[in-house]
Amino acid sequence: MNLKELNVVGKRIPKLDAAKKAMGRAEYIQDIKLPGMVYGKILYSRYAHANIVKMDTSRARALPGVLCVLTGDDVPKKMRMGFYKDNPPLKKGKVCSFRDEVAAVAAISPEIAKTALDMIEIQYEELPGIFDPEKAMEPDSPLVHDYHKTNVLNLPWKLHYGDVEKAEKESAFVVEERFTTQWVSHCCLGTSGAIALFDSSNNLTIYTNTQIPSLAQKDFLESLKAMGLENKRARVIKPIIGGGFGSKLDTYAYEHIAILLAHACRRPVKILFDRVEEFKAISTRQPTVIYIKQGCDKNGKLTFRDMRMVLDNGAYTSWGATTPSVMMMPITSLYRVENVRYEAKCVYTNNTYSQAMRGYGNPQATFAIESTIDMLAQKAGIDRVEMRRINRNQPGDLTPQGFKISSCGLSECIDAVEKEMDIKGPREKGVGFGIASLIHVGGGARIYKSDGCGAILKMDDYGKVDIFTGGTDMGQGLDNITAQIVAEELGLLVEDINVVHSDTDVCPWDVGAHASRSTFVAGNAALGAAKKVKAVILEEAAKTFGVSPDQIVMKARNIFVPGDAEKTMPIDKLLRKVHFSPQGKMLMADYFYDPDNENMGKDMKGNMSVTYAFGAHGVKVRVDEETGKVEVLDYVAAHDVGRAINPLLLEGQVYGGVVMGLGYALTEEVVTRDGKNMNPNFRDYKLFTAKDAVRIKAPVVETYDEYGPFGAKGIGEPGCVPTAPAVANAIYDAVGVRITTLPITPEKVLAALKEKKKRPLN
Amino acid sequence: MTTTISFILNGDRISYEIKDHWTLLHLLREEMGLIGTKEGCGNGECGACTVIVDKLAVNSCLYLAVDADGKTVDTIEGLASTDGTLHPLQQSFVDNGGIQCGFCSPGMIMSSKALLDSNPNATEDEVKHALAGNICRCTGYVQILESVEAAKKHMSGGGQS
Repeated sequence: MNLKELNVVGKRIPKLDAAKKAMGRAEYIQDIKLPGMVYGKILYSRYAHANIVKMDTSRARALPGVLCVLTGDDVPKKMRMGFYKDNPPLKKGKVCSFRDEVAAVAAISPEIAKTALDMIEIQYEELPGIFDPEKAMEPDSPLVHDYHKTNVLNLPWKLHYGDVEKAEKESAFVVEERFTTQWVSHCCLGTSGAIALFDSSNNLTIYTNTQIPSLAQKDFLESLKAMGLENKRARVIKPIIGGGFGSKLDTYAYEHIAILLAHACRRPVKILFDRVEEFKAISTRQPTVIYIKQGCDKNGKLTFRDMRMVLDNGAYTSWGATTPSVMMMPITSLYRVENVRYEAKCVYTNNTYSQAMRGYGNPQATFAIESTIDMLAQKAGIDRVEMRRINRNQPGDLTPQGFKISSCGLSECIDAVEKEMDIKGPREKGVGFGIASLIHVGGGARIYKSDGCGAILKMDDYGKVDIFTGGTDMGQGLDNITAQIVAEELGLLVEDINVVHSDTDVCPWDVGAHASRSTFVAGNAALGAAKKVKAVILEEAAKTFGVSPDQIVMKARNIFVPGDAEKTMPIDKLLRKVHFSPQGKMLMADYFYDPDNENMGKDMKGNMSVTYAFGAHGVKVRVDEETGKVEVLDYVAAHDVGRAINPLLLEGQVYGGVVMGLGYALTEEVVTRDGKNMNPNFRDYKLFTAKDAVRIKAPVVETYDEYGPFGAKGIGEPGCVPTAPAVANAIYDAVGVRITTLPITPEKVLAALKEKKKRPLN
Repeated sequence: MTTTISFILNGDRISYEIKDHWTLLHLLREEMGLIGTKEGCGNGECGACTVIVDKLAVNSCLYLAVDADGKTVDTIEGLASTDGTLHPLQQSFVDNGGIQCGFCSPGMIMSSKALLDSNPNATEDEVKHALAGNICRCTGYVQILESVEAAKKHMSGGGQS
């Protein structure tokens, strides 16, 4: 815990790159042009499931301005994307979804490349498709991949702690329900893109929108190896990212295709998605079918939670198939519940495939859990806020999955929601309140073998710092967090700190901007490097001042002994003194922080995160019983953040998360018909606009986590986790209908109201 | 087909030979290198390409470059003073957290400017209406609306400081 007075940490310091962005000077992938650069375009399948009978690319190849045309035949056999290695960047022989890439062109202009795509002739033989994951599990279902023998993926998502069946028998009250959640798209305003180029020795440089520079580098090196280019270098340069939200957590076909094209035509090749491609070919949030049963004793104490899920994997496998690893967190550890069981099956279909998206499975699982908590409270005759208090997590808890809860402000978050919103009070007709809580990783998440982040820090002769971090700023503000932590530790101002995070040639390794881990892990890495440099500075100052290092303070660009007016010096002067002396020193340090968290074992147990983030959301809605329309009147999002390093940016994460969660709850859905995306544009994919803006209060609960940098925990994802169940619970409170499928459209509300009127009163 | 158009761009007189099918967005971004105007959808649905033509906010992706002939075009690059001082709207977006990934920001600021230039005392509903065509995925609009409100107060209360 660090409660001493701070000068930079805790301050509302605007984003360091905001002025550049406000002036239109920030360079995104859209804005980068390299000398000699040509343009790549991708041709996608015309069918959800079909054999490719014949392909003729001769007319495209003959078009003036076309440099090369590639098909599945040109892709090395071992070039496969995704952790399940089932996805070649260009498909050969058979297509399994509408987003299957079947050919790619490089040409001297985007227009010529597009014309060339139109000239590629492909004869398909359509096959029966399978689009419902539950049907795809049936024995007579068509197979998406014949070689896989079954549509069910071989993944380990299963756990059982305690004895669920016994606990169910002993429960006073039990509720059971089926929920479904939809595909939603990240909708980053900046579309995806990459530029690949090779040097004369076949080393690759790739400019790409990625949240995982180091893991992307590994993927690209594997591609190079498959291409016969062993022991080459792959340099990943991140331009400014126009939104991430998890969409850039895996590498995509377009990146690997850019590499193949660049290698084939020996020119820098740029592939830039248009909005339709962004909707169709960027992986969505993982959809789910959820079966849940929960029980409690007569006092409302939870006795068991039993959940089963079927996940539509789509035709290929990316991180969506691993979201059960994070769903397990709320399933086993949101509220105290001893007996838990969970099993998830990921099933191939001819639909699009899913990826990481803010919350990584947690919003889906929490929708079912928190909706049924309300149902259970009602059945048990217990107030739903009290129900949550009775079962709340508390500091020092060890959950059934082995999570060690260090700090926990869930109780205070529930209090904060009640303070800001009169949940138990009287209400007008058609108006209702809802509440839902969350647990999320807040201190890294050991999904990969390492959860680390490196940082290299150097100081110049003028008191300025360059810090090279593995962490990625994609708009959320990690550069500020890094700079504020370093400035605080070294007694400097935030403008003295230059954060470099954009290039694998100069920045150390980091597992990626995911799991709300950057403030905690990259923050601790930066802090570690700053502390090392600080120790040397203090030692040198101690020599100069003739005192011991612990008597010295660094603050506001000065280094001094408090109370002794003689012993003070600007920091930059000391740096020059240390540098320009016999056997002088430059102040530099490196630090690799890998949190003390655990990979999950075979039994899925392990302390995944060093600390956990908690929160509670309250929402007030009005439901129009004539139209079914739900209006959000008021919103409170209370979060335990450990400590707010920068409240301005923190609020931005919460507000943005909440509105993304409201879209998930109420309006957003990738509509498909037999695997085809029917709404790949902003007109038909319904995002909240400024007109729908909601009043949001974001009370911050500071629990000063002992492991966090200055006490901080992660806050990137939690804002969108409990939103949908809070809204669903409010709708029930308002008009007495329980909507179990997202999004909660007016049609669904109206249908439920109609159904309710038909039911006899009981 | 090519045509030479003349227009005032960020206060400067410009003559440019264009192809008739070019959009204003293409002319600004791809030909003139003014990358501040963003393309988010190319269909007039996201507002990232918003510029001001004769005091009206337009989606430059739907606006033909030939139609700019004889008009006044303002882009995000023209907002700050020549000494580098940000326009009050730009400064307000910076100070109030109105910018995260920043891709929507130029369009958002230009739509706000067109509104406040014509209606300095715009109400919250008028601001929301004016920004309804500018999509932001990062902020949930809360800090964007706060940014416009703060800029409005600053601009009506004694101009630039």
